[in-house]
Amino acid sequence: MADPVLVLEHITKTYNPGEPSEAVVLKGIDLSIARGEFVAIMGPSGSGKSTLLNIIGLLDRPTSGRLLIHGRDTSGLPDAELTHLRGHRIGFVFQYHYLISAFTALENVMMPLLVDHGFPTDAAEARARDLITRVGLAAVADHRASNMSGGQQQRVAIARALAMNPDILLADEPTGNLDSENAASVFALMREVNKSSGMSILLITHNDALARQCDRIVRVIDGHLRDG
Amino acid sequence: MKRWLPFEWIAAIRFLLDGRLQSIFIIVGIAIGVGVIVFMSAMLTGLQSNFIKRVLTSSPHIQILPPDQLARALRVTGPDLEDATIQRPSQRLISIDQWQGIKKQLEAMPEIAVVSPTASGSALAIRGDASRAITLNGVEAETYFNVVRVPDYIVAGQARLLSEDIVIGIELAKDLGANLGDKLNVTTSTGGSRTLTIVGLVDFGNKGANQRTTFVSLRTAQSLLGMIGGVSTIDLSVHEIYQAEILAQSIQSTHDVIADSWIKTNAQFFTAIQAQNLTNALIRAFVGLSVAFGIAAVLVVSVIQRSRDIGILRAMGTSRGQILRLFLIQGGVLGFIGSLFGCAVGFAALIYWHATARQADGSELFPLIIDPALFLWTALLASATGLLAATAPAVRAAKLDPVVAIRG
Repeated sequence: MADPVLVLEHITKTYNPGEPSEAVVLKGIDLSIARGEFVAIMGPSGSGKSTLLNIIGLLDRPTSGRLLIHGRDTSGLPDAELTHLRGHRIGFVFQYHYLISAFTALENVMMPLLVDHGFPTDAAEARARDLITRVGLAAVADHRASNMSGGQQQRVAIARALAMNPDILLADEPTGNLDSENAASVFALMREVNKSSGMSILLITHNDALARQCDRIVRVIDGHLRDG
Repeated sequence: MKRWLPFEWIAAIRFLLDGRLQSIFIIVGIAIGVGVIVFMSAMLTGLQSNFIKRVLTSSPHIQILPPDQLARALRVTGPDLEDATIQRPSQRLISIDQWQGIKKQLEAMPEIAVVSPTASGSALAIRGDASRAITLNGVEAETYFNVVRVPDYIVAGQARLLSEDIVIGIELAKDLGANLGDKLNVTTSTGGSRTLTIVGLVDFGNKGANQRTTFVSLRTAQSLLGMIGGVSTIDLSVHEIYQAEILAQSIQSTHDVIADSWIKTNAQFFTAIQAQNLTNALIRAFVGLSVAFGIAAVLVVSVIQRSRDIGILRAMGTSRGQILRLFLIQGGVLGFIGSLFGCAVGFAALIYWHATARQADGSELFPLIIDPALFLWTALLASATGLLAATAPAVRAAKLDPVVAIRG
């Protein structure tokens, strides 16, 4: 395997530890993702897939275990540094696109660049427009997100996730809410990004057909990870 | 998207525009609050300045008087007490002892603007068969008119005081059937008598004052009152009118005189002003509080409504500090815009009220004092209130767990 972009070492996650409502969601996950690898994560609802993705995306902290990004241990890093890593290394695509309705499609794509650079520049706008064109939405770049179809919104969300040119793209059921045609189209877009830029992608999906097109399938079952 | 605006400003303004109706309602609320503050402050300032002007331009800020004349107890020489009761003597009109030295010392004090010696006493004004008791004020026109602005109250003639001139109140003129240029015979209890020419009529806006008040030159009064070279009072004008009482006490403690400030002689009026100021401050504080709570309430709702957006922004690498600033800016912007409309509303109300509200005699109820500083400070204060009010919701937004926020 090429140099891993991401390594998880015995990651556990327990909610409400020590309380009657304690729930052990992840029970020692070990996973390594190589650069350019496209991995499908599957498993029944409530098995801990999204929790795993949140931990990998530095949105949540594991109860124990180590998460290394490019060999750097992220456990114990302060919130500000995690935020910076998240902004620069990781892109997110959610099931419900989650675009900010107050902004146009183009502005949504520009948002990570603005957050990082502080104010809009020609370069930021050019990059956002380029990405919008790449996902096939140049014609509606200046439309409000709320006026677009589900498939279009998800494409904008993918363009936004690519804005900072991250090393890892985390997609939590991005096709779950789309019809088969749009689902195939969004998946194809992600595959194209993966191939052309060598970006590692972790895709949570319930769709076997899409999962089979990925490089590898891992399954989260009852808090444990199983290959295949 | 404005190119020169930082991210937090862009997002804050977009969020405000996106929740347009909410923003409009709170801006209207702030505008009403700020309008009330601007209107009340400007109107009360005008009313007070009008009242203070009337009081302070018709009487000195501080009046120096000779000390009360006291009877001394009989010295006890034997075992028997001659008289256990000491009767207060009648107060003769006497001059302030060493008044020229005191005047020089007062003139040297930086807090005092004008020092004017006067010789005042009772007299009888006679014209034909009519006679009236008057208060004869002998003054040095060049200094006294800077203490009591007699020329401002002249309604006919002029405020000129040569040795044979007299300026009298309009009611006295009516009572004596006299007019400008007419002669008056002024007689005092000490036997002084002079025939003076009426050169000016004054109206102090007070019937009693207009019936009794007369002004003559200092030397004329000294001659009539039998106090050659003496003065009965020294009238002062000070730079800081609200420091007058402290200054009067200081003068009284260092000189053998009585010093009465306008605050003491107009105690009721002064209490009314203080009560008015306190009421105004309380109204401002409560209006400010209601504005602050209004802004906070709207932003708390906004944080709840925007929690998913906040989560997404956090996922994209937005720091807690940026989220905090995003909501603080919204509070500040709401406060500032609301205050601009509020200043306009307050200004319009002020113009309308000034044009329509009249005193019984038809004169304006209060002078229209448009102080730009009032508008500036109100706008700044409203913006600061907006920022402060936004603090709690902003901190709440910044502390949101992105996972929980995205989940909604």
